Amino acid sequence: MVDVRDAVVTMAGFPALAGATIAVREGDIVVLAGPNGAGKTTLLRLCAGLVAPVRGSARVFGLDVAEQRDEVRSRVGFLGHANGLYGELTTRENVAFHAALVGASRDEVDAALHRLGLGGRLADVPVARLSAGQRRRCALANLVVRRAGLWLLDEPHAGLDATARRELDDTLLAASRSGATIMFASHDLDRLGTLRPRIVRIESGCVTSDSSLRKGAGQ
Amino acid sequence: MIRRTATAVFRKDLLIEWRSRALLTRVVPFAVLVLVLFAIALDSEPLVLRAGAGLVWMTTLFSALVIVQRSFELERRDGALDVLKTLGVDGTALFLGKAAALIVQLLTLVVILVAGAVVLYGVNVEPSALVLLVTTALLGSCGIGLVGTLYGGLVSGTSGRDTLLPLLLMPVTAPVLIGASRATESAFGGDAIDATTAWAWVGLLAVFVAAFAVAGAVSFGPLLDSDS
Repeated sequence: MVDVRDAVVTMAGFPALAGATIAVREGDIVVLAGPNGAGKTTLLRLCAGLVAPVRGSARVFGLDVAEQRDEVRSRVGFLGHANGLYGELTTRENVAFHAALVGASRDEVDAALHRLGLGGRLADVPVARLSAGQRRRCALANLVVRRAGLWLLDEPHAGLDATARRELDDTLLAASRSGATIMFASHDLDRLGTLRPRIVRIESGCVTSDSSLRKGAGQ
Repeated sequence: MIRRTATAVFRKDLLIEWRSRALLTRVVPFAVLVLVLFAIALDSEPLVLRAGAGLVWMTTLFSALVIVQRSFELERRDGALDVLKTLGVDGTALFLGKAAALIVQLLTLVVILVAGAVVLYGVNVEPSALVLLVTTALLGSCGIGLVGTLYGGLVSGTSGRDTLLPLLLMPVTAPVLIGASRATESAFGGDAIDATTAWAWVGLLAVFVAAFAVAGAVSFGPLLDSDS
């Protein structure tokens, strides 16, 4: 699904990634951990086709992120710190807008809202009136309705309280069980219990440890 | 694909406008107030009659700045434009959808302003001049809407966008302002411009609209991409 090999990405002349290598299989939940400036966001942006490697290679769904950027972007769901929602529109209208962009049906909108726990009354509430956690789930519903097979999330738990974090984790777990592959950056590894993700540590633009490799070595 | 995306963006922008009523509650009162203040300031019937067409289009241009800034503020507020870029939404479709929504709002405003000019300035539109007036209103709104969308997108990621947009937009839309004012003056019954000259100005507007429709459709996507 994701195959990044010795990727070097420079930002303003400095190497944001300095030879990162990572392989992710379908259905995996992968957490990118590391200090600020380690290269977590750059690795996510590389996988989303938003930046290209100056050395090495990066393939997503078998597509080269530099050569087939538009195809990669259309199949990947990238969510940064912002949710990209329109406060004046209701939850349903926001999701319906993304559905219209890809030609998804009204039933798919309803299914996405239901899957993210935004059905019923919440569907018809203007997004500006939703809580931070509900807005985050609405943004994820946009990824669902876009049929994104790979979710790339930058600090998705940031600014959420304990309840919203738990709800988000449940959402990610459910998405993974239904076939989505999830990679997200996080600082807070102590609160990822229910997800049991694969933890990939990044420092100075390189992958320095990978929990799946450690497990493999221990067996 | 482009048509589907452009339609979705167009409907979304108009739905947001319908919900917020920003055009009716903020822009239209501002525009009508400008027309009234000009009438008071000029305080001379022949002068107001002569300047009426120019005042309509000058007010439209000022109001367009507010509408364009609001249109891109909506995209910027929760990073919606960034999300659309990262999802690979086609830049041409995005441009066409946003421009079409802007043109509809501008056209509504122009209709209200022309009605305002008839009431406040006492201009007289003969039935034979209606085709000229409608064509001018349509092309003038298209011209300002297309340039507004292109430059609105260009400055949306910059820190000084509120001052940068008028500085970029106003000189570029000068041909629209001149052409639309001249053609509208003729439609308002002014004797300084005959119908043939008025239609020549409409021709200039059409060329301007075609040029910026192509320029915007081609460059909007790369402009947004270079911003990310």
